[in-house]
Amino acid sequence: MSEINTQTAEKPEFYLTEDHHPENSTNLGFWLYLMSDCLIFAVLFATYAVLGRNYAAGPSPADLFDLKLVAINTAMLLFSSITYGFAMLQMERGAKQETLFWLGITGLFGLAFLGLELYEFYHLIHEGATPQRSAFLSAFFTLVGTHGLHVTFGIIWLITLMVQVSKRGLIPENRRRLMCLSMFWHFLDVVWIGVFSVVYLMGVVG
Amino acid sequence: MSSNAPSHEDAHDAHHAHSHGHEASHGSLKSYVIGFVLSVILTAIPFWLVMGEVIESKAALVAAIMILGAIQIVVHMVYFLHMNTKSEGGWTMMALIFTIVIVAIALAGSLWVMYHLNTNMMPAMSPEMMRNLP
Repeated sequence: MSEINTQTAEKPEFYLTEDHHPENSTNLGFWLYLMSDCLIFAVLFATYAVLGRNYAAGPSPADLFDLKLVAINTAMLLFSSITYGFAMLQMERGAKQETLFWLGITGLFGLAFLGLELYEFYHLIHEGATPQRSAFLSAFFTLVGTHGLHVTFGIIWLITLMVQVSKRGLIPENRRRLMCLSMFWHFLDVVWIGVFSVVYLMGVVG
Repeated sequence: MSSNAPSHEDAHDAHHAHSHGHEASHGSLKSYVIGFVLSVILTAIPFWLVMGEVIESKAALVAAIMILGAIQIVVHMVYFLHMNTKSEGGWTMMALIFTIVIVAIALAGSLWVMYHLNTNMMPAMSPEMMRNLP
């Protein structure tokens, strides 16, 4: 009797029936990517913190860094952060032209930052402070160069999205992409806070 | 054609349908401006301290730079990245806390290990020894 009972009993359900694939999971996924990127920078910061005093009888940060240039660079990145914020606010309003305008301004500030950084690198290498000179300079160029590379790809991404928005308008897909780039761009600004504090300011203090 | 170029209202409706559930993740003009002003102040102070040579003590200067930098990172997280405990059901905050723990272990661990490696393994080089180098 008991065997028959188990066969006729209702099958239990072992799978979840509710939808557990939320529509806006892109934001969380992109956030997780940013956190993994954060780990790359953490490792490079740790390398710099360990090697940053090994000058190999070469130049020290106090000899090399021009804080005025770094201050202007920091301002460029900070301005680009607020102008990207304005672009996002215009996107919320659904104003395509204004969004494109502020994205363009953001791109110009980003290019200014990149230009100043390349000028600084060129100046350093011209003076003989190349990445091969000392452990300090290897760590410096790797850390700041990786950040600069991120900004470069951010600008390429920005231009791509400007083309997409101008062709297709502020469709949901483009809004999602702009949201992701917004997080990426502000994240790079956060990393730069660490760079100018730890590398430039504390380097000059000694 | 209409599908390629949706009208203003279409885009607006589509956006509203899409954005439910994470309204909090968008900033306002006020929050961006507050974040920007705070960031400018928090950037200007450490640059002024170092470039103007305001503080004599090196340790105090380094501590001031670190603390102001940490505060500015929090300001950016809150006002520009719109971090809060509720977005995505709290998972962004969980990921952030996990990352901070890993970063802290990597940084503190590297510095701790390498500092002791330097002080305990490397013989201190005196001018006497430098002269006698081959």
